[in-house]
Amino acid sequence: MLLVPCPNCGPRNSTDLRYGGESHARPDPNDASPAEWRAYLYLRDNPAGWLRENWYCASGCRRWFSVERNTATNEFREPPLPGDKRGGAA
Amino acid sequence: MAGLVSGLRKRPPKYSAAALAWKGLRGQSWPRVWRDCDLKRSYDAVVIGGGVHGLATAYYLARNHGMTDVAVLDKAYLGSGGSGRNTAIVRSNYLTPEGVAFYDRSVHLYEQMAVELNINVMFSQRGHLTLAHSDASLRTMHWRAEVNKLGGVNSSVIGPDEIKKECPSLDTSDHPRYPIQGALYHPPGGVVRHDAVVWGYARAADHMGVETHQKTEVTDIVCEGGDGPDGKGAGGRVTGVRTNRGDISTPIVINCTAGWASLISTMAGVRLPITTHPLQAAVTEPVKMFLPTVVVSGSLHVYVSQTDRGELVFGASVDPYANYSVRGSLEFTEGLAGHVLELMPGVSRMRILRQWSGLCDMTPDYSPVMGFTPVDGFLVDVGWGTYGFKAAPVSGEQMAEAAATGRTPKLIEAFALSRFEGGELVGEKGAASVGH
Repeated sequence: MLLVPCPNCGPRNSTDLRYGGESHARPDPNDASPAEWRAYLYLRDNPAGWLRENWYCASGCRRWFSVERNTATNEFREPPLPGDKRGGAA
Repeated sequence: MAGLVSGLRKRPPKYSAAALAWKGLRGQSWPRVWRDCDLKRSYDAVVIGGGVHGLATAYYLARNHGMTDVAVLDKAYLGSGGSGRNTAIVRSNYLTPEGVAFYDRSVHLYEQMAVELNINVMFSQRGHLTLAHSDASLRTMHWRAEVNKLGGVNSSVIGPDEIKKECPSLDTSDHPRYPIQGALYHPPGGVVRHDAVVWGYARAADHMGVETHQKTEVTDIVCEGGDGPDGKGAGGRVTGVRTNRGDISTPIVINCTAGWASLISTMAGVRLPITTHPLQAAVTEPVKMFLPTVVVSGSLHVYVSQTDRGELVFGASVDPYANYSVRGSLEFTEGLAGHVLELMPGVSRMRILRQWSGLCDMTPDYSPVMGFTPVDGFLVDVGWGTYGFKAAPVSGEQMAEAAATGRTPKLIEAFALSRFEGGELVGEKGAASVGH
């Protein structure tokens, strides 16, 4: 079981949340090149270690937040930040 | 030189029933199947990953292209990753014409494998049922059946009565929450003894002079001329690899890893469209044979087959979040048990003996990433998600051709890394996400 620290609801089982994947800054659509869009859409760092990622608290506060998790040990660190860089409301 | 040495080496005895009886009666032991070699300073090609894909690639490099100065490196032991953790299902009833042609070639190679490699891989083509529990999935089954027929693959949609005939233990009544409405029936599908495939390729490749190096971890890939730091990245070329047992110079490096595909590719400055998720599987205690086919239900996230020993082998979909740890979870066992009982209420008293998980490199379109990269001499055979085992022979054959000739073979053109630049994805999610 993975306990995900939601900033609003506290620790919740991962089955209550939806995984949003790696957290990357969205390029500006007005001046992003096709290569930048491709990288944003498809390419991933996929590290075996600390990763900043997005979660959606589907069964709780229904908000997106971003948090750092170690993908090798499943530890979380530092308080999670509400809102995410994909433009979701905090 | 290596080719000459391998040509002179005494061939080990062939496996046969007569040899087994002879050695058994005389109390003789069997010779070691592959050698332990010292790591040389240079090779014509280095394959990273000693699983079915890496070993098959090395085997076909030697057999089809005469390249025997090849090293296969694995950080653990041969077949320690996905090759020994999959649920051993082989089939070719995919959704896209590219996928059907590719996996059908693999089934064909599996059919010849026992004779070609002189090892009993126990390929049991017992038939493969993909169940549909809704109108939408039944429509996808019809779609797949038509694409399969066009590609010359034996597939058809059958109704609940025929399903009951093929597989009497399935509950085809309208009692379950999601009644079975039909199935895609694929008679050539079946299961293989996966360890034998690893050993067969390793043994055959070793006979031809390929070196397998276990406990040899690649720590870096040496490049020059690239646009990134240390000459890595696009526009550069590979000159060698660093390992925990010393440095090797080589013009060709083939990344055949699963789980670590992103990490190895990053060493060459290549980013991949991959996230790594564990997939859990479980096995029950052995019982008498009652399940004659492989049964898959995408809607219920479960696939199951019965081994020749009588155990039920189950698998599920990948865990929902990216992860490199292979620990099991209770959610998986609970969900699995519920779904299996929905399909086969008769197994409610069976006990699960153990569960395990393996790492799956998921791509956005559920198709692999194969062939050349922006780094010259660095090839990838990665992104094998949940369908790598069944594709091992054809992947090895095609990757060997790519590495030896410098050209992408037609069968894997659609799976190139560059497809993500043009948005030419090969959408296999409908046939590959749970349908192993």
